[in-house]
Amino acid sequence: MTGQSTHRSPSPSMYGYQLGRRRFLKGAAGATGLGLVLPAALAACGDDEDSGSGSFELGTASGATTLGSNYSNELPQQGLAAAVGALPNQDISVSINEVDHNTFQENITTYLQNPDDVIPWFAGFRMRFFAAQDLLGDITDVWDAGLNDSLGEGFKVASTGDDGKQYFVPWTYYIWGVYYRPSIFEANGWTAPTNEDELLSLASDMQDAGLVPFAFANDGNWPAMGTFDQLNFRMNGYQFHVDLMAGKENWTDDRVKAVFAKWEQLLPVHQENPNGRTWEEAAAAVVNGEAGMMTIGTFIGSQFPDGDTSDLDFFTFPELNSEFGTGTVEAPIDGWMMAKSPSNVNAAKELLYHFGTAAAQDAYLAEDPSVVAPSTEVTVEYSPLQRKVLDAVASAPNVTQFLDRDANPEFAANVAGPGLRDFLADPSRVDAILQDMQEQAEVIYAG
Amino acid sequence: MSDTTAAAAVSTSVARPKRRRALSQFQGRDRTIFLLMVGVPTALHVGLVWIPTLASILLSFTDWKGIRFSDINWVGLRNYDQILTVFEKDFFQAVINNTVLLVFLFIGPTIFGMFLAYLLDKNIRGTRLYQSVFYTPVVLSLAVVGFMWQSVIYSTENGLATELFGGGEAVDWIGNQSFLIPFGDNYGISKNFVAILIAIAWRHTGYIMVLYLAGLKSVDNSLKEAASLDGCNEWQSFRHVVFPTLKPINVVISVITVIEALRAFDIIFVLNTPGNTEVLSILTTNNLLGEGGGNVGRGSAYATILFLLCLGFVIWYVTSHYRRTQEGAES
Repeated sequence: MTGQSTHRSPSPSMYGYQLGRRRFLKGAAGATGLGLVLPAALAACGDDEDSGSGSFELGTASGATTLGSNYSNELPQQGLAAAVGALPNQDISVSINEVDHNTFQENITTYLQNPDDVIPWFAGFRMRFFAAQDLLGDITDVWDAGLNDSLGEGFKVASTGDDGKQYFVPWTYYIWGVYYRPSIFEANGWTAPTNEDELLSLASDMQDAGLVPFAFANDGNWPAMGTFDQLNFRMNGYQFHVDLMAGKENWTDDRVKAVFAKWEQLLPVHQENPNGRTWEEAAAAVVNGEAGMMTIGTFIGSQFPDGDTSDLDFFTFPELNSEFGTGTVEAPIDGWMMAKSPSNVNAAKELLYHFGTAAAQDAYLAEDPSVVAPSTEVTVEYSPLQRKVLDAVASAPNVTQFLDRDANPEFAANVAGPGLRDFLADPSRVDAILQDMQEQAEVIYAG
Repeated sequence: MSDTTAAAAVSTSVARPKRRRALSQFQGRDRTIFLLMVGVPTALHVGLVWIPTLASILLSFTDWKGIRFSDINWVGLRNYDQILTVFEKDFFQAVINNTVLLVFLFIGPTIFGMFLAYLLDKNIRGTRLYQSVFYTPVVLSLAVVGFMWQSVIYSTENGLATELFGGGEAVDWIGNQSFLIPFGDNYGISKNFVAILIAIAWRHTGYIMVLYLAGLKSVDNSLKEAASLDGCNEWQSFRHVVFPTLKPINVVISVITVIEALRAFDIIFVLNTPGNTEVLSILTTNNLLGEGGGNVGRGSAYATILFLLCLGFVIWYVTSHYRRTQEGAES
């Protein structure tokens, strides 16, 4: 199902880059090559063990541990089983407790009172919030044991709690950007814009060619958050964006007002009346060639016929403020956390370490080749689009998670979503809307 | 003094046989069965209805986030204060929408359903067919009705309503949150809420029709004959003869309508809660469950307000209904 009734942005693990059958077979073929890769990956683990510090020592754990799973679709489910099966330490037995994806997400607070040892969740404020609530186990030593090298600094920052310790191991992700059909760009001689002027002139070229420049939807109150995020961190930078999301900056700030003013200016090059349109309907306009581009996540690929993404490409949102350039990208990350007091700490940590390695991620990708994994050492052959996603995130100094993952969930669902919706319904009310949002943010972030 | 004790003795001796008889009626196994039959439903009712209700009311005075019981702090009326001062736009709009829905259900689907039932009761040709057609929507849940109307009728670009009334233009039926009938700057009856009302009416009319049809079948034909012999026209005979005999059905329908209006939830929820269509049950759910959930304190406060509104209607209904039946029994 394409989440017609969801009120949140899609999870990377649920919406991969739904690939055609041909591509899937190719991925399955890659699985047979996996046997050759494994020993090398294991050797790499061995090296890391020596440089490891702290209480965590790889390969010493034994016994049973539990893994919570919300990977309830068929391919992710098989992929996870394969990844767990690739755990090099055979003394550990892992039992997987699977829950339906939506159910898991909606019952997370109840679940965390009696969790499995290893917990599926996502990076961003939502992870940091649980860490600050003292519900999660510190896994800094797991990172120090070697994940730093294979995952890189950007993913480490995304896995870090407010206290500077790591609580998270990344697993899969996608990227938000401006997606388009290269064939249409080629036919018209258009190129990806890099700044505001180029963007506006591209938009007017598209209008001349009879296309709506931006397909635009906001049914469910989350899709427009993507555009807001891009505008905000392009104009005001990563730090301001993160602080605003964390309730440390004001929604009535002039910098926020400037974002909404810019947005209002850009609305004429977007499809009208986004609030009643699902993102799938807007994506269809891009697929059919009625709209030139769309600010959306990589999951737009699922709307192409047979999931064939060979005619799909993206560019990161153009620069709007030279002070901040295009250094920030939005890439929601799914991954794993450890319970505060797991039944078997050592086994849980070893499993988490394993999930951070190329061996586990390769095993997963072999079953479910539709996602992108964070390790730089994975050997599965990516499509050009996946490769581009990988490069864009790897080269970005700052990674955000999307508004409904970066902000307090209650604020995102009950205040920001409706606030952006009301703005899009009547931009002239922006001051009153921001005033309301700020008042409500103060109440919600105060707890 | 001895007189009074004597009087008391007399009165107890008078009362005692009565009580003894009441006890003696339930001895041994009878008594066990009696206790089981009364006790089990009572325990279920208290455990599943009243304890959660009271717990919700108590929690509405706390700031609980739903994680640990040790984190519960009393905050007095803070949640209510915030609902009325900080979240007031959503709250008052929801109260307006619930009220509009109540009034609309009474004057729209109820009257139209009664009209259809009256026509179908005349055994016109194809009655059965019409009955089935009008009743079919009732077997669908409002959630399904929401999905159907969203995708088939209210679809912005190619919905049926767009084709018929859009004049070739795309119409944003569900997303257009501007007010059709504004009450001041911030509140009113929004266009998309009217669109939702129509979808609800589509289902509710058939429901009302079937209930009235059942009621009309039970009206004695000789009453209508007598009325027409007395020179009543169609309307007079309905107004003064048929309608009063439908009183039990009217009571049932008014209760159903009030309940439907106050508990309205699913259709709006599946439409992804477009702007200005909030109802109280949506605000409760948004604060308790799902992505924005976990604010048990404020969610419970919304639930308590909804509960008090329901309670008001229930008390009004029970008192007026029983008073009337008592009067009926005495006269």
